[in-house]
Amino acid sequence: MSTETKLPFDKEYIRSFSKDMGEPAWLTEFRLQALEISENLPMPKPDKTNIKNWNFTQFNQHIVASEDFSSLNELPDEVKTLINLEATEHNLYIQRNNRPTYLAVSKELQENGVIFTDIFTAAREHSDLLQKYFMTKGVKADENKLTALHAALVNGGAFLYIPKNVEVSQPIQAIYLHDNQNTTLFNHVIVVAEDNSSVTYVENYVSTMDSANGVFNIVTEVIAGPGSKVQYGAVDTLAKGLTGYVNRRGIADRDARIEWALGLMNNSNTIYENVTNLMGDGSFGDSKTVVVGNGEQTQNFTTSIVHFGKSSEGYILKHGVVKDSATTIFNGIGKIEHGASKSNAEQESRVLMLNEKARGDANPILLIDEDDVTAGHAASVGRVDPLQLYYLMSRGIPKTEAERLVIHGFLAPVVNALPIEGVKKQLVEVIERKVR
Amino acid sequence: MAGSKLSINDLHVEIEGKEILKGVNLEIKGGEIHAIMGPNGTGKSTLSSAIMGHPKYEVTKGSVTLDGDDVLEMEVDERARAGLFLAMQYPSEISGVTNADFLRSAINSRQEEGNEISLMKFIRKMDSKMEFLEMDQDMAQRYLNEGFSGGEKKRNEILQLMMLEPKIAILDEIDSGLDIDALKVVSKGINDMRGEDFGCLIITHYQRLLNYITPDYVHVMMQGRIVKSGGPELAQRLESEGYDWIKKELGIEDETVGQEA
Repeated sequence: MSTETKLPFDKEYIRSFSKDMGEPAWLTEFRLQALEISENLPMPKPDKTNIKNWNFTQFNQHIVASEDFSSLNELPDEVKTLINLEATEHNLYIQRNNRPTYLAVSKELQENGVIFTDIFTAAREHSDLLQKYFMTKGVKADENKLTALHAALVNGGAFLYIPKNVEVSQPIQAIYLHDNQNTTLFNHVIVVAEDNSSVTYVENYVSTMDSANGVFNIVTEVIAGPGSKVQYGAVDTLAKGLTGYVNRRGIADRDARIEWALGLMNNSNTIYENVTNLMGDGSFGDSKTVVVGNGEQTQNFTTSIVHFGKSSEGYILKHGVVKDSATTIFNGIGKIEHGASKSNAEQESRVLMLNEKARGDANPILLIDEDDVTAGHAASVGRVDPLQLYYLMSRGIPKTEAERLVIHGFLAPVVNALPIEGVKKQLVEVIERKVR
Repeated sequence: MAGSKLSINDLHVEIEGKEILKGVNLEIKGGEIHAIMGPNGTGKSTLSSAIMGHPKYEVTKGSVTLDGDDVLEMEVDERARAGLFLAMQYPSEISGVTNADFLRSAINSRQEEGNEISLMKFIRKMDSKMEFLEMDQDMAQRYLNEGFSGGEKKRNEILQLMMLEPKIAILDEIDSGLDIDALKVVSKGINDMRGEDFGCLIITHYQRLLNYITPDYVHVMMQGRIVKSGGPELAQRLESEGYDWIKKELGIEDETVGQEA
């Protein structure tokens, strides 16, 4: 029997799991050390949400067994709509629960030295490269209990590496399919863009059931080298009943750009963190987030852009709709470190509440340790403007349709930023379902 | 009778507990253009808002019917689909919703399901109306009224009028904030709508709009009632002599009824 503080998986388990996966010794060691420190590290402390009673650590299965699909046509409809089945070439990874089940990388990308594979294959075949980037520059294992636990228990994810000067024109897509009630996800995604390269990566988390048990603890690290550009799109639609910690972080070198477009549509309680560290001079970070909270879920979204480099620019835009008795907290942090002169930190957070019981909060924070900078913020929490509805209705549009237009309009700035048409369409549909 | 008939009988309206309209009687038929004139604060805009169903206005007495149907019983959107249109003095801005998407929703709300207007037909109609109103083509893809200048908003109201083709339209100070060129364009749009099937109520402070749109009837509103009615010559007399002669004639000292929204 496990007590509340004891983790359900011990060193023996991890050692044998790592061995079964054929992992290099450094990774096994990394996992074991992380497990050890996880016991004494504190939980993360999301501002304005108390997670004391959330279950991030107790679950029964680390890996669930999943069958492969014999062809793309066998995929569930929820996944099929996301991909272009007509295309002759894909750059696509599909993971079913914890199992890598499909991978396609175009010949052109292979010839250019692009690596795109699941995290286990990356550990076996690109060990040195993975070791260089795995929780070394972005998210560190010892940041809190959940990052440590993540490092110890990684059980899925992808590795994407773009060599110097390679510009990838087609988006690279990953789909994480969740179709088992007992799945626990410790996905780790790494995107490395070397000097002057560019890439667009889009991922979808898809649950095919309404509710599930389990924990998901997801970490993304984007490492953008000098002069590179990474666009990172994500649409998360995980089922109710899970408990989630999602930490997506970017590190931008000199003149690098990182652009996030995040459609966060989980039905579960989730703590989200999206941090972009603008390390290099002239680096650029843009984080767009769109959220719908419904049912009884509580979600906390912390978006932070930290300026270290001179003349760096950071933009945060978050729009959220809250209905039923859901709670949505937006924390936005623009931080300019000493020495990051001529930098600009801008942020805008808006929450629209649709019901009396819905709760929303937007907390903009500017932390500035340098004189020669510009910064600004805007935040609002409110309800649908009755005069807007009156105006739309006065043209014959029924009230429900008028509300739908106002809500979609409110979320449009982020939805429109998603780079894949199919994914954009899916996000619109998910929003439709969630706000109905 | 080809056109529709909007009948307003003994209409009393309150806003936040204060009575603004104190018994308005008016009948507008298809083919007719009426103008209501009057100084600020006499209840003109309240009349238009009450007819359309603005959430802040409460009708306490009287009736409004369209072809015999009780308008006051209808929701705002039902009033519109029944054939009423209000060009608003202060149109709302709606971010993220393009002018074109909005107008298509509005048109389709009038169609049976499965019988929606085809995209091509819609675009052709919108293009031609925009050209007629000398509007930039990019206005179709801009967000509804967002960042529009005063003149652009008014033109956009007339664009909606022309697209939706209501039976009875009320234009609430459509001429305010327009320069002479914009005023001519807006008037051109309204005149283009004129016909047996179209009735119109123009609310204005000024005679100048009526130089371009000749009304059939002119009414003067004071103290929340229509106090005088006549033909186009009444508007001309108001232009040259102001309102004082009417006040004198009727023994009115203060023509206003509190704050007009």
